[in-house]
Amino acid sequence: MSENLNRGEVWVFAEQEDGKLSDVPRELLGKGRELADTLGVKLAAVLMGDKVECLAKELFEAGADKVHLVEDSELKVFRGKAYRHAFVELIKECQPQIVIFGATHMGRDLAPAVASALGCGLTADCTDLQIGDYTDKKCACQGGEPKVVKNVLQQIRPAFGGNIIATIVNPYNWPQMATVREGVMKPLEVVPGRTGELVKHDSKLAGVEIPVEVLEIVRRHSSINLKGSRIIVAGGAGVGSKENFKLLHDLADALGGAVGGSRAAVDLGYCEHERQIGQTGVTVRPALFISCGISGAVQHLAGMQDSAKIIAINTDKDAPIFKVAHYGIVGDLNVVIPKMIKAIKG
Amino acid sequence: MKENNKCREGGYNCVVCIKQVPDTKKVTGEAMKADGTINRAALPAIFNPEDRNALEAALSVKERYGGTVTAIAMGLPAACEILREALMCGADKAYLVTDRKAAGSDTLATSYILSCAVKRFKPDLVFCGRQAIDGDTAQTGPQIAEKLDYAAVTYLEKIDMDGDYAVVTRDIGTGVETDKVKLPALFTVTEKAGELRPFNVRRVMKYKDAELKGVAEAEAAGDGAAVIGQLSCDDIGAVTERCGFAGSPTNVAKIVSVVLAGGDYKEVPPTDEGIAGLVAELVADHTIG
Repeated sequence: MSENLNRGEVWVFAEQEDGKLSDVPRELLGKGRELADTLGVKLAAVLMGDKVECLAKELFEAGADKVHLVEDSELKVFRGKAYRHAFVELIKECQPQIVIFGATHMGRDLAPAVASALGCGLTADCTDLQIGDYTDKKCACQGGEPKVVKNVLQQIRPAFGGNIIATIVNPYNWPQMATVREGVMKPLEVVPGRTGELVKHDSKLAGVEIPVEVLEIVRRHSSINLKGSRIIVAGGAGVGSKENFKLLHDLADALGGAVGGSRAAVDLGYCEHERQIGQTGVTVRPALFISCGISGAVQHLAGMQDSAKIIAINTDKDAPIFKVAHYGIVGDLNVVIPKMIKAIKG
Repeated sequence: MKENNKCREGGYNCVVCIKQVPDTKKVTGEAMKADGTINRAALPAIFNPEDRNALEAALSVKERYGGTVTAIAMGLPAACEILREALMCGADKAYLVTDRKAAGSDTLATSYILSCAVKRFKPDLVFCGRQAIDGDTAQTGPQIAEKLDYAAVTYLEKIDMDGDYAVVTRDIGTGVETDKVKLPALFTVTEKAGELRPFNVRRVMKYKDAELKGVAEAEAAGDGAAVIGQLSCDDIGAVTERCGFAGSPTNVAKIVSVVLAGGDYKEVPPTDEGIAGLVAELVADHTIG
């Protein structure tokens, strides 16, 4: 296993597709900035692809001090082995102390393979990251003093179906690696014109056989943008039918918001999979979240409980959703929503 | 009917890694202990949902192109239950990796142990569920592939074979991708790959009481015997330093139960006045409007 190198940079993986950055790298840079400042080290983004140098500017403006750029035609589209190989070589060369990835399909493919190749720890789907000390009590059991490891990355994540929150540390193996849930970390304000240091690296892919050929990519062009919405109206099994879901769209339209759903609503076919909010869907934190007919399983709450204001509408006064709500309306949503629309339009 | 034109001689040797997990969707009041921790024993133990899809993918490859399906689980002897289920659905062989040395393994150590077990069978194709519902990490599959230097394809939805290649469809989050993958390869499978077929009645009679036997005895019993082979870390050549707590870089520093807590809570009556008042309040604090 790799040895303890508690000095290097904080890295975030700046994933790109078709030469475009998603929101994820900006979110990671927001958290990464905080970690790097606490440790007093540089924050760097790792940018891989083919002819993607132009994206470095966006990463500097989003908070990176440095961009490690690896360009190779073999990296044009994401392929696990090619990215893993180049990433592992880069880590060995530069020895960062922390590497974070988005818990996206790409991040959850790449990060485990990189960690496995380096023999280091990896925590999946973190909802928070902090720097702190770790007291290892195992040493005390063997008769010694408890050992304190300073400035460790505390990786905080829900586990066991969202019923517990665990703090994981990898105190003795470097780099410390984690994937971070999408939509949970706050991006920094973009600073136009902010610049940094661009470092180009060789991909070291010459002679490496890549066993996967990408034949075709069909992108889903979704007009649904839950993460970017200030107001979200979401429905669950209690909405009762796909037709009733239209009422939620009417309310969202009146408010200029978007419509989401719980896993139950998606499974019942009331709304599209892209609208799913919760542990297996998207995480949102809008200014206003209106929950309609959602009982509030922990898996769902994990994806919305940080909303600034939550209104819950449910016929069951004991539904767990009321425990996270700021306003509760015990009643039938088919009656309550039209009244709301009337009040908004009036 | 086998798809003969795409077949290769002997078909494909498939290994499926499956896990028995507590049914985390059933965590209720009774399953929480007084100190807020979870009483795992109060939860039913089930065949991890996406591992069922992985088994189905392997069985369908065998059905269409020929070959074998071997199911491997790691865990306590109680996990034989899901291996019996795998046999009853159509797996040819079942093995349980069970060893005290494996206790406390994180994903790195687990993937190491499973990679040692998988290697024993020299498979062409390895199938794992995308993730297990107790940890939700999705790390073990890609890490097994890295250790074996197999091609790795995550989020598999569909697989067809073409000689020494697999042609697969995978979810990439922002769309779907079709890949041509050189064997040997490992796939992590999502529910889109299809629901696990029901038990075969004749196989139920044959395998419902399949017993755990030492690996030598199990293999001496011959093909189709109602046995589950028991593998220790030594049997698969897994070195102690890389198993269990010793081989796990991650440590759990703290666990807290989720306590639901809202801010200030206000109940609004479902009347015209009540709702108009709420909307007025939201307009006043600039949440809406």
